[in-house]
Amino acid sequence: MAQVQETVVLDGHIIDSLILAKVLDTILMMGGAFDLREVHIGTTRDEPSRATIVVRAASPGLLQEILEAIQPHGAGVERESDCAVEPVPADGVFPEGFYATTHLPTQVRQRGRWIEVEGIEMDVGIRLDQQFSVARTVPMGDVRRGDLIVTGREGVRVQPLERPRECDVFGFMEAQVSSERPHGHIIADVARRMRMLRESREEGHSDGTVLLAGGPAIVHAGGREALAWLIESGFIHVLFCGNALAAHDMEANLFGTSLGYGLTAGRAVPHGHEHHLRTINRIRAIGSIERAVESGVVTGGIMAACVRRGVRVVMAGTIRDDGPLPGVITDSVEAQAAMRAALPGVALALLVASTLHAVATGNLLPATVPTVCVDVNPAVPTKLSDRGSFQAVGLVMDAASFLRELARELGWKG
Amino acid sequence: MSRLLVCPPEYFQVEYEINPWMRLSNEVNRERARDQWYGLMRVLEQQVGALLERMQPVPGLPDMVFTANAGAVVGSRAVPSRFRHPERRREEASFEAWFRDHGYEVAMLEEGQYFEGAGDLLGFPDAWFGGYRQRTDIRAYTRLSEIFKHEIIPVELVDTRFYHLDTCFCPLSSGELLYYPPAFDPYGQTVIAERIAEHRRLVVPQPDALRFACNAVCVGKHVVLPAGCHDTVKLLEARGYETHPLPLDEFMKAGGSAKCLTLALD
Repeated sequence: MAQVQETVVLDGHIIDSLILAKVLDTILMMGGAFDLREVHIGTTRDEPSRATIVVRAASPGLLQEILEAIQPHGAGVERESDCAVEPVPADGVFPEGFYATTHLPTQVRQRGRWIEVEGIEMDVGIRLDQQFSVARTVPMGDVRRGDLIVTGREGVRVQPLERPRECDVFGFMEAQVSSERPHGHIIADVARRMRMLRESREEGHSDGTVLLAGGPAIVHAGGREALAWLIESGFIHVLFCGNALAAHDMEANLFGTSLGYGLTAGRAVPHGHEHHLRTINRIRAIGSIERAVESGVVTGGIMAACVRRGVRVVMAGTIRDDGPLPGVITDSVEAQAAMRAALPGVALALLVASTLHAVATGNLLPATVPTVCVDVNPAVPTKLSDRGSFQAVGLVMDAASFLRELARELGWKG
Repeated sequence: MSRLLVCPPEYFQVEYEINPWMRLSNEVNRERARDQWYGLMRVLEQQVGALLERMQPVPGLPDMVFTANAGAVVGSRAVPSRFRHPERRREEASFEAWFRDHGYEVAMLEEGQYFEGAGDLLGFPDAWFGGYRQRTDIRAYTRLSEIFKHEIIPVELVDTRFYHLDTCFCPLSSGELLYYPPAFDPYGQTVIAERIAEHRRLVVPQPDALRFACNAVCVGKHVVLPAGCHDTVKLLEARGYETHPLPLDEFMKAGGSAKCLTLALD
């Protein structure tokens, strides 16, 4: 609910006098909410204490009422100033001292007004339009000489994440990674969210989408059927992957192998190592994955499900790719831009069995998007959280087991 | 010996209304006021044994008689008041000059940081309380506790009739507190109860509180208080205090009584 906020500071002998308690009680009683951003408690009786409180309310009117009610108890609004902006000195170069974003909701102050920064993602800059009325994140490479970029930290405020109302695994927002954690309840929570999102899409209440970023281990490990079912059943709406996931998925459909291994027999098939190359070549001959599916060459699997359900697919290439398949974006800046363009509306992100795609997607996602990172290697979810995506719930488990269990929760009979 | 700062009521009258007790229509009887003031001084000097420092009254400053609001004095340091109401702000220069002329080390609060002196800052040697909301701004106590290097516990005054802390809260020399709890909000009442043991808290009944029983001057075992507060007198005498009830009703027309008319200097 809370859309507006203001930071107030309270100092003096505020603990023993119950002044802090009174201010916090007042905020709650009036229907607001607060975050205690910082509390310094005096170490002796004579030493004063100090609290920085972020007051939040559902409307500017209510916020003002709350601020007026707590002001007589000493809670004063922190002194504020506008954010500084500097013009871009040359195409693709931020001004020195540019403000580097986090993936948390952010506002900048201009002409005394707080403006919500659009398209929030971490590690980019903030560009203001010439009228100082719109603020939007911008990657370094996209700026043009003369663009106005926010510099310094004054007049920029980052809002802490509100705990989601649902009391599920995402409520804790802690990227605690452990292979010893039980998985069952996490997968059940993910399934519950996916069911809710599908229902509200079907009923037209919202167009929140589920994103899956995945690696080829999904196919190797045997998660292909489960993932294809999830896509066919309308639970996944955006797919980020590389050349390999698509190639091995279609290899499985055309040859019954994944990187040359028979998926059912579990052993190397003679000349099986060529299968993925032959698959890629065949799709290149047809011209596109869509046409390969529509013409009946590729009859099932993940990519076929994506084409049939109109799932938005972004395939990003790497330097070790064979082919690549038509549709794979080989320019990594372009690929990043295509991934970014597919993110608005994402309400749940599943990062499965791919270090590269998990980290890349984590970088682009705002912290407000519940995220699950699944990998057999604990280093991947750890890496993700070390790089700042603290909202991601880490799950150390095999991709296929995860997808199969998730699909079963949602009604798959496989 | 206790030294008290006082100011003769030469120009005392009700010229404006800045508290619920003041009514322009309720004119002060100047002669009675003079008699009551000199009667109070006589008791303070002759029976209580206080030493009085008289300041020069200023024409046009009718409330200067209430020297409790001159400022806060601790040892050789003084912080002159910053009055909330412009009507009394004109007194600030005279009080500041008096402190400077008498050798006090004077610290000033910023303009606009309201603080009404010993009317709102009172306490025991180890626990100081600061009344806020009606007159003093709570932020002033942050600055004052820096100046005096002492904890000050702010307590909110919630009844406009008890607009200064000294109208509802009177620390006594043996560690008891004479007070009127409903003048404070539940937080303030809790804090006071936490700092002052129950057997030391003397609760003044409402009729006495409305006669300003808490606006008393305590010097040693002597307590000078407005006349008519019979229950309070009994409470005090049961604790071994010698009471001196005095008629001070002319000053009640301006919302003040015995304590408001004095400022403890030592």
